[in-house]
Amino acid sequence: MIGLALKMLFGDTAKYLMLVAGLFFATFLIVQQASVFCGLMLWTTATLKNVAAPIFVVEERVEQVNETNPLRDTDVARIRSVSAVRWAMPLFSGIQRVRLDDGSFKTIQLVGIDAASFAGAPGRMVAGNLDDLRLPNTVVIDELATERLSSNPKDPKKKIKIGDRFEINDVEARVVGICKAMRSFTGGPYVWTTYERALQYTPPSRKMLSAVIAAPVAGMSVDDAAAQIEKVTGLRAYVNRDFGGNANDFNTSTVWWYVRNTGIPISFGTTVVIGFIVGVAIACQTFYSFVLDNLKHLGALKAMGMSNFRLSMMLICQAITVGIVGFGLGLLATAGFAKGALEHGQPPFCMPWQIPVIAFLVIQLICMLAALMGIIRLSLYEPAMVFRA
Amino acid sequence: MVDARAVEKSFGDGPDRIHVLKQVNFQARTGEITMLVGPSGCGKTTLLSAVAGTLKIESGGIRVFDHDLEKMSNGALTRFRAKSIGFIFQQFNLIPTLTIAENVGVPLQIQGLSSGKALMRSREILDRVGLGNRWKDRPSKLSGGQQQRVAIARALVHEPPLVICDEPTAALDAQNGEIVLDLFRQVARSPERAVIIVTHDNRIFSYADRIARMDDGEIVEVREQSQEHAPHFEHEHAMTGD
Repeated sequence: MIGLALKMLFGDTAKYLMLVAGLFFATFLIVQQASVFCGLMLWTTATLKNVAAPIFVVEERVEQVNETNPLRDTDVARIRSVSAVRWAMPLFSGIQRVRLDDGSFKTIQLVGIDAASFAGAPGRMVAGNLDDLRLPNTVVIDELATERLSSNPKDPKKKIKIGDRFEINDVEARVVGICKAMRSFTGGPYVWTTYERALQYTPPSRKMLSAVIAAPVAGMSVDDAAAQIEKVTGLRAYVNRDFGGNANDFNTSTVWWYVRNTGIPISFGTTVVIGFIVGVAIACQTFYSFVLDNLKHLGALKAMGMSNFRLSMMLICQAITVGIVGFGLGLLATAGFAKGALEHGQPPFCMPWQIPVIAFLVIQLICMLAALMGIIRLSLYEPAMVFRA
Repeated sequence: MVDARAVEKSFGDGPDRIHVLKQVNFQARTGEITMLVGPSGCGKTTLLSAVAGTLKIESGGIRVFDHDLEKMSNGALTRFRAKSIGFIFQQFNLIPTLTIAENVGVPLQIQGLSSGKALMRSREILDRVGLGNRWKDRPSKLSGGQQQRVAIARALVHEPPLVICDEPTAALDAQNGEIVLDLFRQVARSPERAVIIVTHDNRIFSYADRIARMDDGEIVEVREQSQEHAPHFEHEHAMTGD
């Protein structure tokens, strides 16, 4: 009966395409918007990805990495004194202004790291030498900065290269290296320098230490070390793992802060809900219309001895089929969008496996709702009605 | 043998209640074509639906080949219809997206036969109704008469002991009506099969062995006629009824 069901479905080309189109748009809206949301949330943790330290120690009330209350410089020594700590280094992180050749300004995410150990340095250099960061007035920039900080971002010849200079808050900075880095939530490129120089680039204030990055002694877990740091110093010690269920993870804490304190989830959530509603409306209406159009034939099958169960299975088979096709095309379109997003670096895009799985279940739920409407209509159709022309 | 005794059926409630079948007694024997005739609204389609097991009656009893329909569950009735009854509908009710062979094979597939075997049996019976070479065509490519021949093939493909025909010539012109009825008489008549035709087309009365005339929910006359002396199909006669 599956063949019969599919032939009836594919035979009505207009309604079949309408159903597929509705589910395609629903899939695209749900998956694309959810993935952009996840990508945006990932960007909020960019500093944690770009400064790959296992432990971030911050002021005790800090909840997210982009908004830190500065520590005292002496806190570095206090943390180093904790027996669980193998090393602890100062970190500066903050948004600063860069003046370009043409006089315009751009914002950057300035990161200051320990000059001796380079703890927190970029992981992948694409040009230059990280050691040159010890030279006076030097910085390492990410690939995005080569475009963003150039006088003409669209002209490849004008890209910032090693040896070029610009000013950070009126203090000269010379590029000695280019690295790969994740884009920041604010869209500004990452610029690394030494901790001491970062303080020179930044307008002075009483406390300027954004965080202390640390690592546990050999044989001790990161979580245990973080707990011990908190116990001894009274500061907040987050682990830097990845988004998950651990509330002590700085990534998780940062993402949840944005979810709780910004309108971003509502904005994206609204679009996802609209995608669901569009899918339900189009799929249910079209499928119901499809059932009504075929009611005469379905009724004849019922009169000829096909059970309600088998007729229901036929409708479910049809609904699942359009669901799979619509979902597949929607996912394909999202993949095309993702390819463009990843090639151009924006908009943010991150599609963990849970998104397509949940979207598939949502689409199938829409299809089951549509099939249910048809099943109810068909179950109310008496086989004797087929004799009434 | 089909035997309906004191069958009662009404539709609606209160003042809108319509008494459609009033103590109807009706028989159809194997080896015969029984026609149920009468004007529109007299209850013949309702009686046909009840005999086919697609409509529950309020009182009385219908016995079809040793099965008391009113005592059967819905599931048993559905299985009984699938196995024992062939249907020919007024508007053919062929599924337009299937080939005619696939349409004919539907009753076999309902009984659980594989599509391959169903297709093979369908082609055999399509040969018998003269459409063996059109088995791949869609119903829309066939004339009304040809579509009715497909419907006949579909009704007979699973060799049911009872064939139910609802106004088989209503959608056909006179010439096609004659061709279809001639064919139907050839392929459907069998010593083990009862055929019931509901019609108000008096041009086809000559094909019946027995004619039961209904009026206002009652069987008012039952007439038997010999096929040897039955009148031929008369093209000039007009349709009776509404």
